[in-house]
Amino acid sequence: MLKDITLGQFFPGNSAIHRMDPRTKLIALIVYIVALFSAGSWLSYGLVFAFLAGTIAISKIPVKAIVRGLKPLVIILVFTGLLNLLFTPGEKVLVAFWRITITLEGVVRAVLMMARILMLISGTFLLTYTTSPIGLTDGLESLLGPLKKIHVPVHELSMMMCIALRFIPTLIEETDKIISAQKARGADFENGKLLERVKALIPILVPLFISAFRRADELATAMECRCYQGGDGRTKMKLLRYKRNDLYAFVLLVLLLVAVIFAARLGL
Amino acid sequence: MAPILQVKNLHHRYSIGTPFEHVALQDVSFSVERGEFIGVIGHTGSGKSTLMQHLNGLLKPTSGEILLDGKDIWSDKKFTRQCRFRVGLVFQYPEYQLFEETVYKDIAFGPKNMGLPTEEIDRRVREAAGFVGITDAQLEMSPFDLSGGQKRRVAIAGVIAMEPEILILDEPTAGLDPEGREEILRNIESYRRAKNATIMMVSHAMADVAKIADRLLVMNQATLAMDGKPMDVFSRSQELLDMGLDIPEITRLFLKLQEKGIPVNPVYTMQQAVAELRRIREGKSHA
Ligand SMILES: Nc1ncnc2c1ncn2[C@@H]1O[C@H](COP(=O)(O)OP(=O)(O)OP(=O)(O)O)[C@@H](O)[C@H]1O
Ligand SMILES: [Mg+2]
Repeated sequence: MLKDITLGQFFPGNSAIHRMDPRTKLIALIVYIVALFSAGSWLSYGLVFAFLAGTIAISKIPVKAIVRGLKPLVIILVFTGLLNLLFTPGEKVLVAFWRITITLEGVVRAVLMMARILMLISGTFLLTYTTSPIGLTDGLESLLGPLKKIHVPVHELSMMMCIALRFIPTLIEETDKIISAQKARGADFENGKLLERVKALIPILVPLFISAFRRADELATAMECRCYQGGDGRTKMKLLRYKRNDLYAFVLLVLLLVAVIFAARLGL
Repeated sequence: MAPILQVKNLHHRYSIGTPFEHVALQDVSFSVERGEFIGVIGHTGSGKSTLMQHLNGLLKPTSGEILLDGKDIWSDKKFTRQCRFRVGLVFQYPEYQLFEETVYKDIAFGPKNMGLPTEEIDRRVREAAGFVGITDAQLEMSPFDLSGGQKRRVAIAGVIAMEPEILILDEPTAGLDPEGREEILRNIESYRRAKNATIMMVSHAMADVAKIADRLLVMNQATLAMDGKPMDVFSRSQELLDMGLDIPEITRLFLKLQEKGIPVNPVYTMQQAVAELRRIREGKSHA
Protein backbone atom coordinates (compact mmCIF):
# COMPACT_ATOMS: atom_id res chain seq x y z
CA MET A 1 0.00 0.00 0.00
CA LEU A 2 1.09 3.53 -0.68
CA LYS A 3 0.49 4.34 2.93
CA ASP A 4 3.45 2.29 4.00
CA ILE A 5 5.87 4.74 2.43
CA THR A 6 7.78 6.19 5.35
CA LEU A 7 9.82 8.80 3.52
CA GLY A 8 9.89 12.02 5.46
CA GLN A 9 7.55 10.69 8.10
CA PHE A 10 7.60 11.85 11.69
CA PHE A 11 7.62 9.24 14.45
CA PRO A 12 6.32 11.03 17.52
CA GLY A 13 8.29 10.31 20.67
CA ASN A 14 9.80 11.86 23.74
CA SER A 15 13.47 10.93 23.61
CA ALA A 16 16.34 13.37 24.18
CA ILE A 17 16.71 13.55 20.40
CA HIS A 18 13.04 14.35 19.91
CA ARG A 19 13.23 17.14 22.45
CA MET A 20 16.40 18.66 21.05
CA ASP A 21 16.17 22.03 19.34
CA PRO A 22 15.51 21.47 15.63
CA ARG A 23 18.30 23.93 14.79
CA THR A 24 20.75 21.76 16.67
CA LYS A 25 19.55 18.74 14.76
CA LEU A 26 19.88 20.52 11.42
CA ILE A 27 23.40 21.67 12.23
CA ALA A 28 24.19 18.21 13.57
CA LEU A 29 23.09 16.69 10.29
CA ILE A 30 25.38 19.03 8.35
CA VAL A 31 28.34 18.32 10.62
CA TYR A 32 27.57 14.62 10.43
CA ILE A 33 27.58 14.73 6.64
CA VAL A 34 30.83 16.68 6.56
CA ALA A 35 32.36 14.13 8.93
CA LEU A 36 31.05 11.28 6.81
CA PHE A 37 32.62 12.70 3.69
CA SER A 38 35.90 13.47 5.44
CA ALA A 39 36.13 9.91 6.63
CA GLY A 40 38.51 7.80 4.63
CA SER A 41 39.76 5.04 6.86
CA TRP A 42 38.21 2.22 8.80
CA LEU A 43 38.58 3.97 12.12
CA SER A 44 37.07 7.21 10.87
CA TYR A 45 34.11 5.36 9.36
CA GLY A 46 33.80 3.46 12.61
CA LEU A 47 33.57 6.71 14.56
CA VAL A 48 30.86 8.11 12.32
CA PHE A 49 28.99 4.83 12.52
CA ALA A 50 29.25 4.77 16.30
CA PHE A 51 27.83 8.28 16.40
CA LEU A 52 24.92 7.26 14.16
CA ALA A 53 24.22 4.08 16.11
CA GLY A 54 24.35 5.96 19.40
CA THR A 55 21.93 8.58 18.14
CA ILE A 56 19.51 5.95 16.86
CA ALA A 57 19.68 4.18 20.22
CA ILE A 58 18.93 7.37 22.14
CA SER A 59 16.09 8.32 19.79
CA LYS A 60 14.37 4.94 20.38
CA ILE A 61 13.38 4.81 16.71
CA PRO A 62 13.09 1.10 15.86
CA VAL A 63 15.92 0.00 13.57
CA LYS A 64 13.23 -1.79 11.53
CA ALA A 65 11.67 1.54 10.62
CA ILE A 66 14.97 2.87 9.35
CA VAL A 67 15.70 -0.28 7.38
CA ARG A 68 12.28 -0.07 5.77
CA GLY A 69 12.96 3.50 4.75
CA LEU A 70 16.17 2.35 3.07
CA LYS A 71 14.48 -0.26 0.93
CA PRO A 72 13.72 1.99 -2.05
CA LEU A 73 17.46 2.71 -2.27
CA VAL A 74 18.49 -0.86 -2.95
CA ILE A 75 18.94 -0.22 -6.68
CA ILE A 76 21.19 2.79 -6.15
CA LEU A 77 23.19 0.85 -3.58
CA VAL A 78 23.70 -2.15 -5.82
CA PHE A 79 24.63 0.08 -8.72
CA THR A 80 27.18 2.03 -6.67
CA GLY A 81 28.59 -1.18 -5.27
CA LEU A 82 29.00 -2.77 -8.69
CA LEU A 83 30.58 0.31 -10.27
CA ASN A 84 33.15 0.58 -7.53
CA LEU A 85 33.75 -3.14 -7.50
CA LEU A 86 34.44 -3.36 -11.22
CA PHE A 87 36.15 -0.12 -12.04
CA THR A 88 38.55 0.47 -9.19
CA PRO A 89 42.12 0.00 -10.39
CA GLY A 90 44.46 -1.70 -7.97
CA GLU A 91 47.36 -4.07 -7.50
CA LYS A 92 45.94 -7.00 -5.60
CA VAL A 93 43.81 -8.71 -8.21
CA LEU A 94 41.36 -11.16 -6.69
CA VAL A 95 39.41 -12.31 -9.73
CA ALA A 96 40.20 -11.79 -13.39
CA PHE A 97 38.34 -13.25 -16.31
CA TRP A 98 37.31 -11.92 -19.70
CA ARG A 99 37.39 -8.13 -19.27
CA ILE A 100 36.44 -8.12 -15.62
CA THR A 101 39.00 -7.65 -12.92
CA ILE A 102 38.08 -7.37 -9.30
CA THR A 103 40.75 -6.00 -7.03
CA LEU A 104 41.02 -5.96 -3.29
CA GLU A 105 40.96 -2.16 -3.45
CA GLY A 106 37.75 -2.41 -5.43
CA VAL A 107 36.08 -4.56 -2.78
CA VAL A 108 37.12 -2.22 0.03
CA ARG A 109 35.98 0.80 -1.90
CA ALA A 110 32.65 -0.74 -2.83
CA VAL A 111 31.92 -1.63 0.78
CA LEU A 112 32.91 1.82 2.04
CA MET A 113 30.89 3.65 -0.60
CA MET A 114 27.80 1.61 0.14
CA ALA A 115 28.29 2.19 3.84
CA ARG A 116 28.63 5.91 3.14
CA ILE A 117 25.33 6.07 1.27
CA LEU A 118 23.54 4.00 3.88
CA MET A 119 24.84 6.17 6.69
CA LEU A 120 24.05 9.36 4.81
CA ILE A 121 20.44 8.39 4.25
CA SER A 122 19.92 6.91 7.72
CA GLY A 123 21.19 10.13 9.28
CA THR A 124 18.79 12.19 7.21
CA PHE A 125 15.92 9.88 8.09
CA LEU A 126 16.76 10.22 11.73
CA LEU A 127 16.25 13.97 11.44
CA THR A 128 12.83 13.70 9.82
CA TYR A 129 11.77 10.81 12.05
CA THR A 130 12.48 12.74 15.23
CA THR A 131 11.47 16.25 14.20
CA SER A 132 7.93 17.36 13.49
CA PRO A 133 7.48 19.16 10.17
CA ILE A 134 6.69 22.35 12.05
CA GLY A 135 9.82 22.05 14.14
CA LEU A 136 11.83 21.44 11.04
CA THR A 137 10.60 24.49 9.21
CA ASP A 138 10.89 26.67 12.31
CA GLY A 139 14.48 25.56 12.64
CA LEU A 140 15.23 26.22 9.00
CA GLU A 141 13.62 29.60 9.12
CA SER A 142 15.63 30.56 12.15
CA LEU A 143 18.90 29.28 10.70
CA LEU A 144 18.33 30.99 7.37
CA GLY A 145 17.15 34.18 9.11
CA PRO A 146 20.25 36.20 8.17
CA LEU A 147 19.35 35.77 4.50
CA LYS A 148 16.36 38.07 5.05
CA LYS A 149 18.88 40.92 4.97
CA ILE A 150 19.44 40.25 1.28
CA HIS A 151 15.67 39.99 0.67
CA VAL A 152 15.35 36.25 0.46
CA PRO A 153 11.71 35.46 1.48
CA VAL A 154 12.82 33.04 4.16
CA HIS A 155 9.53 32.95 6.04
CA GLU A 156 7.45 32.35 2.92
CA LEU A 157 9.77 29.60 1.75
CA SER A 158 9.68 27.81 5.07
CA MET A 159 5.91 28.20 5.31
CA MET A 160 5.58 26.64 1.87
CA MET A 161 7.83 23.79 2.88
CA CYS A 162 5.88 23.29 6.08
CA ILE A 163 2.57 23.08 4.23
CA ALA A 164 3.99 20.73 1.63
CA LEU A 165 5.34 18.39 4.31
CA ARG A 166 2.10 18.55 6.19
CA PHE A 167 0.09 17.52 3.15
CA ILE A 168 2.19 14.61 1.94
CA PRO A 169 0.48 12.03 4.20
CA THR A 170 -2.94 13.53 3.48
CA LEU A 171 -2.46 13.26 -0.25
CA ILE A 172 -1.09 9.73 0.03
CA GLU A 173 -4.16 8.72 2.01
CA GLU A 174 -6.39 10.40 -0.54
CA THR A 175 -4.62 8.64 -3.41
CA ASP A 176 -5.15 5.31 -1.68
CA LYS A 177 -8.85 6.02 -1.34
CA ILE A 178 -9.27 7.09 -4.96
CA ILE A 179 -7.39 4.03 -6.20
CA SER A 180 -9.67 1.76 -4.16
CA ALA A 181 -12.77 3.54 -5.38
CA GLN A 182 -11.78 3.21 -9.03
CA LYS A 183 -10.80 -0.41 -8.49
CA ALA A 184 -14.28 -0.96 -7.13
CA ARG A 185 -15.52 0.17 -10.53
CA GLY A 186 -13.30 -2.37 -12.20
CA ALA A 187 -10.34 -0.14 -13.07
CA ASP A 188 -7.27 -2.25 -13.76
CA PHE A 189 -3.87 -0.77 -13.04
CA GLU A 190 -1.77 -3.90 -13.18
CA ASN A 191 -2.43 -5.36 -16.61
CA GLY A 192 -2.26 -4.10 -20.16
CA LYS A 193 0.25 -2.41 -22.42
CA LEU A 194 2.21 0.66 -21.42
CA LEU A 195 -0.20 3.08 -23.09
CA GLU A 196 -3.19 1.43 -21.43
CA ARG A 197 -1.51 1.62 -18.07
CA VAL A 198 -0.74 5.30 -18.52
CA LYS A 199 -4.36 5.87 -19.50
CA ALA A 200 -5.48 3.95 -16.43
CA LEU A 201 -3.88 6.69 -14.33
CA ILE A 202 -6.31 9.35 -15.53
CA PRO A 203 -9.15 8.24 -13.22
CA ILE A 204 -6.72 8.64 -10.32
CA LEU A 205 -4.92 11.81 -11.31
CA VAL A 206 -7.95 13.93 -12.19
CA PRO A 207 -9.74 13.52 -8.83
CA LEU A 208 -6.42 13.82 -7.01
CA PHE A 209 -5.53 17.12 -8.67
CA ILE A 210 -9.01 18.48 -8.16
CA SER A 211 -8.93 17.65 -4.50
CA ALA A 212 -5.39 19.02 -4.08
CA PHE A 213 -6.48 22.32 -5.60
CA ARG A 214 -9.63 22.33 -3.50
CA ARG A 215 -7.58 21.79 -0.36
CA ALA A 216 -5.10 24.50 -1.34
CA ASP A 217 -7.95 26.87 -1.96
CA GLU A 218 -9.64 26.10 1.35
CA LEU A 219 -6.37 26.43 3.22
CA ALA A 220 -5.64 29.78 1.59
CA THR A 221 -9.09 31.03 2.55
CA ALA A 222 -8.70 29.76 6.10
CA MET A 223 -5.33 31.48 6.42
CA GLU A 224 -6.68 34.71 5.06
CA CYS A 225 -9.63 34.57 7.45
CA ARG A 226 -7.13 34.50 10.27
CA CYS A 227 -5.38 37.52 8.79
CA TYR A 228 -2.23 35.70 7.82
CA GLN A 229 0.03 38.07 5.94
CA GLY A 230 3.50 36.71 6.00
CA GLY A 231 6.44 36.82 8.35
CA ASP A 232 6.74 40.45 9.45
CA GLY A 233 5.79 40.99 13.05
CA ARG A 234 4.66 37.41 13.54
CA THR A 235 5.33 35.95 16.93
CA LYS A 236 5.71 32.27 17.68
CA MET A 237 3.89 30.09 20.13
CA LYS A 238 6.86 27.83 20.59
CA LEU A 239 10.03 29.87 20.82
CA LEU A 240 13.14 27.98 19.87
CA ARG A 241 15.61 27.96 22.71
CA TYR A 242 18.87 26.11 23.10
CA LYS A 243 19.05 24.01 26.25
CA ARG A 244 21.69 22.04 28.04
CA ASN A 245 21.21 19.01 25.81
CA ASP A 246 21.96 21.13 22.79
CA LEU A 247 25.21 22.26 24.33
CA TYR A 248 26.25 18.66 24.91
CA ALA A 249 25.32 17.85 21.35
CA PHE A 250 27.47 20.65 19.97
CA VAL A 251 30.46 19.56 22.04
CA LEU A 252 30.01 16.01 20.88
CA LEU A 253 29.73 17.12 17.26
CA VAL A 254 32.96 19.14 17.39
CA LEU A 255 34.72 16.17 18.98
CA LEU A 256 33.35 13.85 16.30
CA LEU A 257 34.48 16.10 13.47
CA VAL A 258 37.97 16.63 14.89
CA ALA A 259 38.42 12.94 15.64
CA VAL A 260 37.26 11.87 12.21
CA ILE A 261 39.50 14.34 10.41
CA PHE A 262 42.49 13.26 12.48
CA ALA A 263 41.77 9.62 11.96
CA ALA A 264 41.40 10.14 8.24
CA ARG A 265 44.65 12.17 8.06
CA LEU A 266 46.57 9.54 9.91
CA GLY A 267 45.02 6.89 7.71
CA LEU A 268 44.10 4.69 10.64
CA MET B 1 -31.35 -21.12 -0.56
CA ALA B 2 -27.69 -20.82 0.35
CA PRO B 3 -26.59 -17.39 1.56
CA ILE B 4 -25.19 -15.17 -1.18
CA LEU B 5 -22.37 -13.89 1.00
CA GLN B 6 -20.63 -15.50 3.94
CA VAL B 7 -17.99 -13.90 6.10
CA LYS B 8 -16.07 -16.33 8.28
CA ASN B 9 -13.76 -15.36 11.15
CA LEU B 10 -12.52 -12.28 9.37
CA HIS B 11 -9.53 -10.52 10.91
CA HIS B 12 -7.82 -7.46 9.52
CA ARG B 13 -4.79 -5.52 10.70
CA TYR B 14 -3.49 -2.37 9.05
CA SER B 15 0.20 -1.50 8.61
CA ILE B 16 1.48 -4.81 9.93
CA GLY B 17 5.03 -4.55 11.22
CA THR B 18 5.11 -0.80 11.75
CA PRO B 19 4.58 1.30 14.86
CA PHE B 20 1.16 2.11 13.38
CA GLU B 21 -0.08 -1.47 13.36
CA HIS B 22 -3.77 -1.43 14.11
CA VAL B 23 -6.41 -4.11 14.54
CA ALA B 24 -9.38 -2.98 12.46
CA LEU B 25 -11.43 -6.20 12.40
CA GLN B 26 -11.45 -9.00 14.92
CA ASP B 27 -13.15 -12.31 14.28
CA VAL B 28 -16.15 -11.04 12.33
CA SER B 29 -18.57 -13.67 11.02
CA PHE B 30 -22.01 -13.31 9.46
CA SER B 31 -23.88 -14.27 6.33
CA VAL B 32 -26.15 -12.39 3.99
CA GLU B 33 -29.25 -13.85 2.34
CA ARG B 34 -30.26 -12.94 -1.19
CA GLY B 35 -32.48 -9.86 -1.28
CA GLU B 36 -31.87 -8.71 2.28
CA PHE B 37 -31.46 -5.05 3.17
CA ILE B 38 -28.82 -4.84 5.86
CA GLY B 39 -27.94 -1.72 7.79
CA VAL B 40 -24.47 -1.48 9.29
CA ILE B 41 -24.03 0.85 12.23
CA GLY B 42 -21.18 1.54 14.61
CA HIS B 43 -19.12 4.25 16.19
CA THR B 44 -16.51 6.17 14.17
CA GLY B 45 -13.45 3.96 13.70
CA SER B 46 -15.25 0.75 14.59
CA GLY B 47 -14.22 -0.86 11.31
CA LYS B 48 -17.33 -0.48 9.15
CA SER B 49 -15.55 0.84 6.07
CA THR B 50 -12.79 -1.71 6.49
CA LEU B 51 -15.36 -4.50 6.61
CA MET B 52 -17.15 -3.22 3.50
CA GLN B 53 -13.91 -3.06 1.53
CA HIS B 54 -13.34 -6.73 2.24
CA LEU B 55 -16.64 -7.77 0.75
CA ASN B 56 -15.63 -7.00 -2.83
CA GLY B 57 -11.99 -7.95 -2.50
CA LEU B 58 -10.44 -4.49 -2.23
CA LEU B 59 -8.77 -5.43 1.02
CA LYS B 60 -7.30 -8.83 1.65
CA PRO B 61 -8.14 -10.41 5.00
CA THR B 62 -5.25 -10.90 7.41
CA SER B 63 -7.02 -14.17 8.17
CA GLY B 64 -10.47 -15.61 7.63
CA GLU B 65 -12.45 -15.89 4.44
CA ILE B 66 -15.26 -14.34 2.44
CA LEU B 67 -17.45 -16.58 0.30
CA LEU B 68 -19.54 -15.27 -2.56
CA ASP B 69 -22.09 -17.91 -3.58
CA GLY B 70 -20.05 -20.40 -1.60
CA LYS B 71 -16.75 -19.64 -3.35
CA ASP B 72 -13.80 -17.91 -1.66
CA ILE B 73 -13.39 -14.55 -3.39
CA TRP B 74 -9.61 -14.87 -3.18
CA SER B 75 -9.54 -18.37 -4.64
CA ASP B 76 -8.41 -17.13 -8.06
CA LYS B 77 -7.56 -13.82 -9.65
CA LYS B 78 -10.33 -13.89 -12.22
CA PHE B 79 -12.96 -14.51 -9.59
CA THR B 80 -11.65 -11.66 -7.43
CA ARG B 81 -12.07 -9.30 -10.37
CA GLN B 82 -15.54 -10.66 -11.04
CA CYS B 83 -16.44 -9.97 -7.42
CA ARG B 84 -15.74 -6.29 -7.97
CA PHE B 85 -18.58 -6.27 -10.48
CA ARG B 86 -20.96 -8.56 -8.63
CA VAL B 87 -20.51 -6.72 -5.36
CA GLY B 88 -20.75 -2.99 -6.09
CA LEU B 89 -19.21 -0.71 -3.49
CA VAL B 90 -20.06 2.97 -3.22
CA PHE B 91 -17.43 4.67 -1.07
CA GLN B 92 -17.81 7.29 1.60
CA TYR B 93 -18.00 10.69 -0.16
CA PRO B 94 -17.98 9.10 -3.62
CA GLU B 95 -18.40 12.45 -5.36
CA TYR B 96 -14.65 12.99 -5.06
CA GLN B 97 -13.92 10.17 -7.51
CA LEU B 98 -15.63 11.68 -10.54
CA PHE B 99 -13.14 12.34 -13.32
CA GLU B 100 -14.71 12.22 -16.78
CA GLU B 101 -15.67 15.09 -19.04
CA THR B 102 -19.36 14.27 -18.92
CA VAL B 103 -21.68 12.61 -16.45
CA TYR B 104 -22.52 10.02 -19.09
CA LYS B 105 -18.90 8.97 -19.54
CA ASP B 106 -18.36 8.80 -15.81
CA ILE B 107 -21.29 6.49 -15.25
CA ALA B 108 -20.11 4.40 -18.21
CA PHE B 109 -16.67 3.84 -16.66
CA GLY B 110 -17.68 0.74 -14.68
CA PRO B 111 -19.65 -1.02 -17.45
CA LYS B 112 -16.82 -0.24 -19.88
CA ASN B 113 -14.33 -1.94 -17.58
CA MET B 114 -16.60 -4.97 -17.65
CA GLY B 115 -16.05 -5.13 -21.39
CA LEU B 116 -19.73 -4.82 -22.33
CA PRO B 117 -20.85 -3.91 -25.89
CA THR B 118 -21.63 -0.25 -26.57
CA GLU B 119 -25.42 -0.66 -26.75
CA GLU B 120 -25.49 -2.49 -23.46
CA ILE B 121 -23.36 0.23 -21.86
CA ASP B 122 -25.73 2.86 -23.20
CA ARG B 123 -28.76 1.02 -21.85
CA ARG B 124 -27.18 0.63 -18.42
CA VAL B 125 -26.04 4.22 -18.17
CA ARG B 126 -29.50 5.51 -18.99
CA GLU B 127 -31.17 3.07 -16.65
CA ALA B 128 -28.78 3.86 -13.79
CA ALA B 129 -29.27 7.59 -14.37
CA GLY B 130 -33.00 6.93 -14.18
CA PHE B 131 -32.69 5.19 -10.81
CA VAL B 132 -30.95 8.19 -9.25
CA GLY B 133 -32.97 10.87 -11.03
CA ILE B 134 -30.31 12.27 -13.35
CA THR B 135 -31.95 13.82 -16.44
CA ASP B 136 -30.82 13.37 -20.03
CA ALA B 137 -29.65 16.98 -20.13
CA GLN B 138 -27.53 16.43 -17.05
CA LEU B 139 -25.91 13.38 -18.64
CA GLU B 140 -24.17 15.66 -21.10
CA MET B 141 -22.94 18.10 -18.45
CA SER B 142 -19.55 18.06 -16.80
CA PRO B 143 -19.85 16.32 -13.43
CA PHE B 144 -17.97 19.22 -11.89
CA ASP B 145 -20.79 21.61 -12.71
CA LEU B 146 -23.31 19.71 -10.58
CA SER B 147 -24.26 20.35 -6.98
CA GLY B 148 -22.87 18.19 -4.19
CA GLY B 149 -26.00 16.06 -3.90
CA GLN B 150 -26.21 15.57 -7.65
CA LYS B 151 -22.55 14.56 -7.79
CA ARG B 152 -23.23 12.01 -5.08
CA ARG B 153 -26.08 10.54 -7.12
CA VAL B 154 -23.92 10.40 -10.25
CA ALA B 155 -21.29 8.49 -8.29
CA ILE B 156 -23.90 6.05 -7.03
CA ALA B 157 -25.20 5.62 -10.59
CA GLY B 158 -21.62 4.78 -11.63
CA VAL B 159 -21.76 1.71 -9.40
CA ILE B 160 -25.40 0.84 -10.08
CA ALA B 161 -24.61 0.79 -13.82
CA MET B 162 -22.52 -2.34 -13.21
CA GLU B 163 -25.77 -3.95 -12.01
CA PRO B 164 -24.23 -5.57 -8.95
CA GLU B 165 -26.14 -8.35 -7.21
CA ILE B 166 -25.03 -6.89 -3.91
CA LEU B 167 -24.91 -3.13 -3.62
CA ILE B 168 -22.90 -1.79 -0.70
CA LEU B 169 -23.10 1.87 0.23
CA ASP B 170 -20.77 3.46 2.78
CA GLU B 171 -22.64 6.34 4.39
CA PRO B 172 -24.45 7.37 1.22
CA THR B 173 -26.39 10.10 2.99
CA ALA B 174 -23.58 11.71 4.99
CA GLY B 175 -23.51 15.47 4.72
CA LEU B 176 -26.79 15.83 2.81
CA ASP B 177 -29.89 17.73 3.84
CA PRO B 178 -33.03 15.73 4.83
CA GLU B 179 -34.53 16.15 1.37
CA GLY B 180 -31.34 14.87 -0.29
CA ARG B 181 -31.17 11.99 2.19
CA GLU B 182 -34.73 10.89 1.47
CA GLU B 183 -34.05 11.07 -2.24
CA ILE B 184 -30.97 8.83 -2.05
CA LEU B 185 -32.78 6.30 0.13
CA ARG B 186 -35.62 6.18 -2.40
CA ASN B 187 -33.09 5.70 -5.23
CA ILE B 188 -31.53 2.76 -3.43
CA GLU B 189 -34.90 1.22 -2.71
CA SER B 190 -35.98 1.52 -6.34
CA TYR B 191 -32.79 -0.18 -7.53
CA ARG B 192 -33.35 -2.96 -5.02
CA ARG B 193 -36.88 -3.53 -6.19
CA ALA B 194 -36.09 -3.41 -9.90
CA LYS B 195 -33.13 -5.80 -9.74
CA ASN B 196 -34.06 -7.82 -6.69
CA ALA B 197 -30.65 -6.84 -5.34
CA THR B 198 -29.15 -7.33 -1.91
CA ILE B 199 -28.25 -4.08 -0.17
CA MET B 200 -25.83 -3.28 2.62
CA MET B 201 -25.79 0.26 3.87
CA VAL B 202 -23.48 1.83 6.42
CA SER B 203 -25.08 4.74 8.16
CA HIS B 204 -24.81 7.03 11.15
CA ALA B 205 -28.39 8.15 10.85
CA MET B 206 -30.29 5.68 13.05
CA ALA B 207 -33.69 6.84 11.89
CA ASP B 208 -32.74 6.09 8.27
CA VAL B 209 -31.50 2.57 8.90
CA ALA B 210 -34.38 1.82 11.23
CA LYS B 211 -36.86 2.72 8.55
CA ILE B 212 -35.30 0.90 5.66
CA ALA B 213 -33.27 -2.11 6.85
CA ASP B 214 -34.53 -5.66 7.49
CA ARG B 215 -31.57 -6.47 9.62
CA LEU B 216 -28.83 -4.60 11.45
CA LEU B 217 -25.15 -5.33 12.05
CA VAL B 218 -23.60 -3.35 14.88
CA MET B 219 -19.85 -2.91 14.85
CA ASN B 220 -18.00 -2.00 18.01
CA GLN B 221 -14.25 -1.72 18.39
CA ALA B 222 -13.35 -3.97 15.49
CA THR B 223 -15.84 -6.69 16.44
CA LEU B 224 -19.37 -7.49 15.37
CA ALA B 225 -21.29 -6.68 18.54
CA MET B 226 -24.88 -7.39 17.44
CA ASP B 227 -26.64 -8.93 14.49
CA GLY B 228 -30.39 -9.03 14.34
CA LYS B 229 -33.74 -7.46 13.45
CA PRO B 230 -33.88 -3.70 14.05
CA MET B 231 -36.36 -4.25 16.86
CA ASP B 232 -34.12 -6.70 18.68
CA VAL B 233 -31.12 -4.46 18.27
CA PHE B 234 -32.86 -1.28 19.36
CA SER B 235 -34.40 -2.99 22.36
CA ARG B 236 -30.86 -3.39 23.73
CA SER B 237 -30.71 0.37 23.95
CA GLN B 238 -28.44 0.60 26.96
CA GLU B 239 -25.75 -1.47 25.24
CA LEU B 240 -26.03 0.73 22.15
CA LEU B 241 -25.69 3.86 24.23
CA ASP B 242 -22.63 2.36 25.93
CA MET B 243 -21.06 1.89 22.52
CA GLY B 244 -21.55 5.56 21.85
CA LEU B 245 -24.44 4.92 19.48
CA ASP B 246 -27.82 6.51 19.30
CA ILE B 247 -31.22 4.90 19.05
CA PRO B 248 -34.08 6.45 17.14
CA GLU B 249 -35.80 9.24 19.03
CA ILE B 250 -39.15 7.46 18.84
CA THR B 251 -37.75 4.19 20.22
CA ARG B 252 -36.33 6.07 23.15
CA LEU B 253 -39.69 7.66 23.85
CA PHE B 254 -41.48 4.31 23.81
CA LEU B 255 -38.88 2.72 26.07
CA LYS B 256 -39.53 5.55 28.52
CA LEU B 257 -43.26 4.85 28.33
CA GLN B 258 -42.57 1.19 29.08
CA GLU B 259 -40.48 2.21 32.05
CA LYS B 260 -43.43 4.16 33.35
CA GLY B 261 -45.48 0.99 33.20
CA ILE B 262 -47.53 1.84 30.13
CA PRO B 263 -48.07 -1.39 28.19
CA VAL B 264 -46.67 -0.39 24.77
CA ASN B 265 -44.69 -2.58 22.45
CA PRO B 266 -41.36 -1.10 21.41
CA VAL B 267 -41.27 0.59 18.00
CA TYR B 268 -38.57 2.15 15.88
CA THR B 269 -40.32 4.06 13.12
CA MET B 270 -42.92 6.76 13.13
CA GLN B 271 -45.52 4.59 11.34
CA GLN B 272 -45.15 1.82 13.87
CA ALA B 273 -45.51 4.36 16.65
CA VAL B 274 -48.74 5.67 15.16
CA ALA B 275 -50.11 2.14 14.73
CA GLU B 276 -49.11 1.22 18.26
CA LEU B 277 -50.72 4.31 19.77
CA ARG B 278 -53.91 3.64 17.76
CA ARG B 279 -53.99 0.09 19.00
CA ILE B 280 -53.72 1.24 22.60
CA ARG B 281 -56.32 3.96 22.27
CA GLU B 282 -58.79 1.58 20.65
CA GLY B 283 -58.00 -1.06 23.24
CA LYS B 284 -58.76 1.46 25.98
CA SER B 285 -61.96 2.77 24.46
CA HIS B 286 -63.20 -0.80 24.30
CA ALA B 287 -62.42 -1.38 27.93
N1 LIG C 1 -5.57 2.66 5.48
C1 LIG C 1 -5.50 2.55 6.81
N2 LIG C 1 -4.32 2.38 7.44
C2 LIG C 1 -4.25 2.26 8.77
N3 LIG C 1 -5.30 2.30 9.59
C3 LIG C 1 -6.52 2.48 9.05
C4 LIG C 1 -6.68 2.61 7.63
N4 LIG C 1 -8.00 2.78 7.38
C5 LIG C 1 -8.61 2.75 8.57
N5 LIG C 1 -7.73 2.56 9.58
C6 LIG C 1 -8.06 2.44 11.00
O1 LIG C 1 -8.89 1.32 11.17
C7 LIG C 1 -9.96 1.62 12.05
C8 LIG C 1 -11.29 1.35 11.40
O2 LIG C 1 -11.47 2.26 10.34
P1 LIG C 1 -12.76 2.32 9.43
O3 LIG C 1 -12.49 3.32 8.35
O4 LIG C 1 -13.11 0.95 9.00
O5 LIG C 1 -13.82 2.89 10.46
P2 LIG C 1 -15.35 3.25 10.22
O6 LIG C 1 -16.13 2.39 11.14
O7 LIG C 1 -15.67 3.21 8.78
O8 LIG C 1 -15.39 4.75 10.75
P3 LIG C 1 -16.23 6.02 10.18
O9 LIG C 1 -17.59 5.90 10.76
O10 LIG C 1 -15.48 7.19 10.75
O11 LIG C 1 -16.19 5.95 8.71
C9 LIG C 1 -9.79 3.07 12.46
O12 LIG C 1 -9.26 3.10 13.76
C10 LIG C 1 -8.82 3.65 11.48
O13 LIG C 1 -7.97 4.57 12.11
MG1 LIG D 1 -16.15 4.64 7.34
